[in-house]
Amino acid sequence: MQAPVELSISPRLAKNIRRNVKERVIEVILMLAALVAVATTFAIVGVLLYESLSFFKTVSIVEFLTGTEWTPLFEDAHYGILPLVSGTLTTSAIALAVAVPIGTISAIFLSEFASHKTREIIKPILELLVGVPTVVFGYFALFFVTPLLQALYPDLSTFNMLGAGIVMGIMIIPYIASLSEDAMRAVPMSMREGSYAMGATRFQTAIKVVTPAAISGIVAAYILAISRAVGETMVVAIAAGQQPNLTFNPLESAATITAYIVQVAMGDLPHGSVGYQSIFAAGLVLMLLTLSFNIIGHWVRKRYREAY
Amino acid sequence: MEHRASVIENLGEVRAMIKRHKRNDLLFAGLGLLCLMLGLVTLMLLFWQLIADGYPKFTLDFLTEFPSRHASRAGLLSAWTGSLLVMTVTFVTAVPIGVAAGLYLEEYAPKNWFTDLIEINVSNLAGVPSIIYGLLALGLFVYMLGFGQSILTAGLTLALLILPIVIVSTREAIRAIPVSIREAAYGVGATKWQVVYDHVFKYSYGGILTGVIIGMSRALGETAPIITIGALTFIAFLPPAPITAEPPFLNFEWLSSGFTVMPIQMFNWLSRPDHAFHINAAATGALIIVVTLLMNGAAIWMRYKIRKNIKW
Amino acid sequence: MANVTTPIKAEARDLNFFYSNGARALKGISMPLYENKITALIGPSGCGKSTFLRCFNRMHDLYPGNKYQGQIVMHPDNTNVLDAGVDPIEVRMRISMVFQKPNPFPKSIYENVAYGLRVRGENNKRIMDDKVEEALKGAALWNEVKDRLHDLAFNLSGGQQQRLCIARALATDPEIMLFDEPTSALDPIATANIEELMVELRSKLTILVVTHNMQQAARVSDYTAYMYLGELIEYNDTDKIFTTPSRKETEDYITGKFG
Repeated sequence: MQAPVELSISPRLAKNIRRNVKERVIEVILMLAALVAVATTFAIVGVLLYESLSFFKTVSIVEFLTGTEWTPLFEDAHYGILPLVSGTLTTSAIALAVAVPIGTISAIFLSEFASHKTREIIKPILELLVGVPTVVFGYFALFFVTPLLQALYPDLSTFNMLGAGIVMGIMIIPYIASLSEDAMRAVPMSMREGSYAMGATRFQTAIKVVTPAAISGIVAAYILAISRAVGETMVVAIAAGQQPNLTFNPLESAATITAYIVQVAMGDLPHGSVGYQSIFAAGLVLMLLTLSFNIIGHWVRKRYREAY
Repeated sequence: MEHRASVIENLGEVRAMIKRHKRNDLLFAGLGLLCLMLGLVTLMLLFWQLIADGYPKFTLDFLTEFPSRHASRAGLLSAWTGSLLVMTVTFVTAVPIGVAAGLYLEEYAPKNWFTDLIEINVSNLAGVPSIIYGLLALGLFVYMLGFGQSILTAGLTLALLILPIVIVSTREAIRAIPVSIREAAYGVGATKWQVVYDHVFKYSYGGILTGVIIGMSRALGETAPIITIGALTFIAFLPPAPITAEPPFLNFEWLSSGFTVMPIQMFNWLSRPDHAFHINAAATGALIIVVTLLMNGAAIWMRYKIRKNIKW
Repeated sequence: MANVTTPIKAEARDLNFFYSNGARALKGISMPLYENKITALIGPSGCGKSTFLRCFNRMHDLYPGNKYQGQIVMHPDNTNVLDAGVDPIEVRMRISMVFQKPNPFPKSIYENVAYGLRVRGENNKRIMDDKVEEALKGAALWNEVKDRLHDLAFNLSGGQQQRLCIARALATDPEIMLFDEPTSALDPIATANIEELMVELRSKLTILVVTHNMQQAARVSDYTAYMYLGELIEYNDTDKIFTTPSRKETEDYITGKFG
């Protein structure tokens, strides 16, 4: 009696085993794909640290962090990162001074004042503009905004942080406006109704209720914008100049961390030289800067996420 | 201190106050419109300027000529073929890996610290400046793995760069599919992979595609990482053709070929002192903008359409 | 029917309402609100009772395309609050509202209550402190929150949040207070507190309450209106509606045969 039963089951069992193995293999393949993301992070940190460590064998960390001269391409080479940091911070500060007020006010207008139809048209345009390649903005800074500024300040040099910063700001406006608008849209209608029912006007509702309710999302947008400005490369490489210059004066020309990396990469420094390694050390500083902004941004969003 | 019926008693005052407050409304609406327009109009103006500057080079010759020392004869041929080939590498690596990672995180991954680690990684990678990917590629692909300053290196670099975009959009698309669909498929005896592939993946196709398009358009416009790996800026030759007349018909030599891409070509022309080259740069910029805007526009349009058409 | 000596605070006269999609949500409703009384609106879901309530403070103006027809007249000044020339903001300063789900602002308890005063341009700290305390006492919340007035309102329980919203609505001395199913999101104890509060508030102002819960209408209201499909089927003293309704439809609804 047993033989036929066994015969009828075993192919099915075999099929089950085959199926389970196949399912398992697929899961492992998918997991490996997900691990590429982790591997990328480790690879970034690994490469930056590896080359930086070689760099710090030649240059002391103290000199790197406190030195006020960055002249790696000169005979008498100095590796003080501060001039690059000052250039990065100045251009970013100008960009934010332009983008934060304009972007935020635009977002409030779009979310609380504009009609449904206007919003339906403008919102996709903002999303569209977020994707414009940055090399194009370098062209604007150099050939459009700087000449305009030179008409106001005739002795402004062709390469200056002001023009680059302003264009970077214009570039970031859609980013801040779109993200902040998302945050304000997420504020439930019941909260607005509560305010209007008290006899509040649109302006009062927008400023006193909706904006505070959305503040975590708005601040997160600012922080992500800062991180974008700090890491932006092409606009500053094209329009802010290539000369490391320890200054916060926006009218001067100065290199940023990113502009320096581009400058070296365009040149012909041999692989393994201190100059070659220096771009990784500079990259490490940039990575740490943006990483800390990103972490603060995520933390703000998580910590103050409103439980409506 | 009876405050009762204060509104009717002080009607005049109340009305004056409302009028004042409403003037603030109007003032702010005006300011808001101004800011929004300032942003949008400036950008439009800038695009217009670019197109106007580059207009003289909007010719077919511009697309069929190699770069040259003479601005008037220089063209984009090597740049646009370079962009196309680099994007091909990016597409065939980033899309399968990104979609697979998205499927894993959404459908398979257990809720534990390891999954959290992957998720934190993905969201952090999205915020890493693109030039850092260039440094990664320079250290890893160019020198450690010995791929050199090739199309393969550039394509892989951009693939890593857009991976978070593909993963995030895949997950969002998958999340829109209700549990009931999965239960229905399990209910008729499907295995997990059958549910995931036949239903979850296929129904979220549109959403995944929007993410892929946005990622590819980002890759097309990226300049900094490609400069960092040391792409040559003066390329007066084409990589070996990927398709040959004799068997096996496919030729992969182009992968290790030197190259340039459109944004690099633009940057190069932009950096020349001779104004004639700036016209070339503007024309290239206009081409890049038009292509990326078309790609992004298509993706955004699709996304809105998908959001409107969700039936469940 | 209505006590002749009780003055009318407001009345709807042949009120029709159309949503932006053209749907007619209210069909020729005429009904009084007696001063210092509680009027309850009952009826099945979608019968238009909330729509009717939200006409009183012109909440529908917030969404484009909605259209009113007819009048809601406030006494003693005979203002038609639906008149295009009447500013909805002015109306909302006279008629306050408490919503279905507690919707405190993301501010402190104090600032939530003070919001209406700030909106009216009041900045005097003494007056503000007094009014906030008075309103919180009026909403029976003072004793629970007096030591943490500057805590975030979100930290209160659901019932406390709803009483906070009542205090917020009370602080500006409204003439009428609208309640849109104020207890539907609350547990039975919090519900009993709110009901008690409404009865107490009656001495200060006129109340219109939408409720899903017939027992609640019977417990708190002086007058009850039964609505169905956008029409006012029957309006009467609450006692009469619940004991001897004159219309068959009302009886069916109240006895649970329908709805």
